[in-house]
Amino acid sequence: MSDIRLENLSKDFGSFRAVENVNLEIKSGELFSFLGPSGCGKTTLLRMLAGFEIPNTGKIQIGNKDITQLPAYRRQVNTIFQNYSLFPHMSVFDNVAFPLKIRKQPASTIKSSVLEMLSLVKMEDQHAKYPDQLSGGQKQRVAIARALINKPEVLLLDEPLAALDLKLRQHMLIELMNIHDLVGITFIYVTHDQGEAMSISDRVAVMNQGKIIQSGPPDDIYERPSSIFSAYFIGETNLISGTVSQVHDDYIELKCQIDKDEFLELDSTMHFTPLPGKELTMSLRPEKIAISRSKPRTQDDINFVRGTIEDILYLGTHTQYIVRVGKLRIRVFSQHKRVYFDEKALDWEEPVWLFWHDSDTWLIDEVASDTSPSGSDLEIASPYSRAVKKLGNQRI
Amino acid sequence: MKLNLSPAKLYKSLNLTIFTAVIVFLYIPILILVIFSFNDAKIITSWKGFTFKYYQLLLQNTDIKYAFQNTILIAVLSTLLSTVLGVLTALGLENKAFKGRKGIQLLIYIPLVIPDILMGVSLALLFNFVRINTGMFTVLIAHITFCISYTIIVIQSRLEGFDHSLVEAAMDLGAKPAQVFWKVKFPLMMPGIVAAALLAFTLSIDDFIITFFTSGRGFDTLPIYVEGTIRRGAITTINSLSTLMITFTLFLVVVSKRIRKIIL
Repeated sequence: MSDIRLENLSKDFGSFRAVENVNLEIKSGELFSFLGPSGCGKTTLLRMLAGFEIPNTGKIQIGNKDITQLPAYRRQVNTIFQNYSLFPHMSVFDNVAFPLKIRKQPASTIKSSVLEMLSLVKMEDQHAKYPDQLSGGQKQRVAIARALINKPEVLLLDEPLAALDLKLRQHMLIELMNIHDLVGITFIYVTHDQGEAMSISDRVAVMNQGKIIQSGPPDDIYERPSSIFSAYFIGETNLISGTVSQVHDDYIELKCQIDKDEFLELDSTMHFTPLPGKELTMSLRPEKIAISRSKPRTQDDINFVRGTIEDILYLGTHTQYIVRVGKLRIRVFSQHKRVYFDEKALDWEEPVWLFWHDSDTWLIDEVASDTSPSGSDLEIASPYSRAVKKLGNQRI
Repeated sequence: MKLNLSPAKLYKSLNLTIFTAVIVFLYIPILILVIFSFNDAKIITSWKGFTFKYYQLLLQNTDIKYAFQNTILIAVLSTLLSTVLGVLTALGLENKAFKGRKGIQLLIYIPLVIPDILMGVSLALLFNFVRINTGMFTVLIAHITFCISYTIIVIQSRLEGFDHSLVEAAMDLGAKPAQVFWKVKFPLMMPGIVAAALLAFTLSIDDFIITFFTSGRGFDTLPIYVEGTIRRGAITTINSLSTLMITFTLFLVVVSKRIRKIIL
């Protein structure tokens, strides 16, 4: 089959290194995503796969064929562009027929395959329209039909849903997955939206500054981030740095400074054995923390922290609390299941208990620096939350 | 009766007055010209009755016929050549890696601001210097010279808005560079090319100054002929000639609008 292999791939633009030494294997038929902030090199990587950029070093293989130097029009790879790039002077039909006409196929074949392709994307009744008469979602469908009609081995998708509104985006995401199942070819998906990447992909590669930081199935990256960057970029998390004080058989004790001479003693299970005295970062997802005004029953494997509510953001499905613990700001998501805990809603500046199981944290062998975007100081309190806060106070 | 003028009303009526004045100054002379082309008199001092006489005279006048043919020939040839050269230059200047790009761009802008008379004189001097006899050839060269800046700029402005990802999309779908150009880029440049050609055609057809300096004796275009005739005082056939030209121009405007609609 046609697995894709990237070997030592690098690309420079002048003195800027866009992609640095990428090694990766993508299996045939996989839905693989490159995820990262803008400028991380994911689009450059995609463009090298499409043939729009030639790498400075390294090799791209599809199956046994080396395509590194092959021009775009000789590759069995098609792309869905971010702005769809439909030809404005051609009707929907002619747009989809373009790849076949270029290859001088007989008119009868063209007609039947174009109509077949258009029915796959549910656009067969729009074939006479021109791109400027279509909505964003419809353009997207035409772009998909046009890219698939060549029967490529690989379909590249460059932020294909970025221009659509939220509802349509969710809808198209499901549709893309269905189309992927139907045609069975490899899809390579580039996005900066972690939600998209997580929900659609078989595997995700998280990229930053031209390098692949971590790759694996979405739940793996979410639950077991290998670095501060992937912990921070995928989903939301609290990063708490501390020093290992004791190492036990199946857990460690961590001493975390939260103020000048205030420390927290936290337990965490571990996936590697650090030495006492080592500095580490602990990733604690906000949805894994319980919040309550009364102290729960003491249990061995539960961590307790006392804090004060600094901000409350009501978000429909859940409420986000920002809780001040010394100098730390810990973010907590609380689902609206009030039956479990407090009868009366929590309020601003109220002292609360935070608690979580010691296997709900994940240790990262890195120390957050102040300059990294993932430093443990969370960006807190948007103007919106301030407004809510005021309103809340007035109500009381 | 008392005049009740609010500022808004005053503003409105002032607006209307200015508008009317502009229209009158623009179109009354043309209207007079058209009316007097049917006047049965040698001089346009008064209305002497309706006649087609001068149109008949016009059609019988072989000098006018030749001048007309020359004008059209020069206009068609210079339009064709300057548009083709314009397309090629605009495409060439798209190449950002080309070092002399900025300098050439400046050279293209200069003819737009140079007074016609300077251009005419310098061309005449040049032809004299290299000893080319003035005539149709020199006029053609001169017309291409002043049209080409316009065609390049019009086509460039069309290319500026060109979405380069369309070229990539075409390549991605299997089109080789030549196919990309003829199936995607060229059709999308077409409105710009048509606009450039129409502009070149109009510029060529009514140029007087530059043609005057580069035509020499024996090769008259219509503007040159008209000037000569009026100088001799025979204005009547010129009225009817102008009327025909106005009709033709109006026709061209309508056609060009249609073409634009079809292409865009």
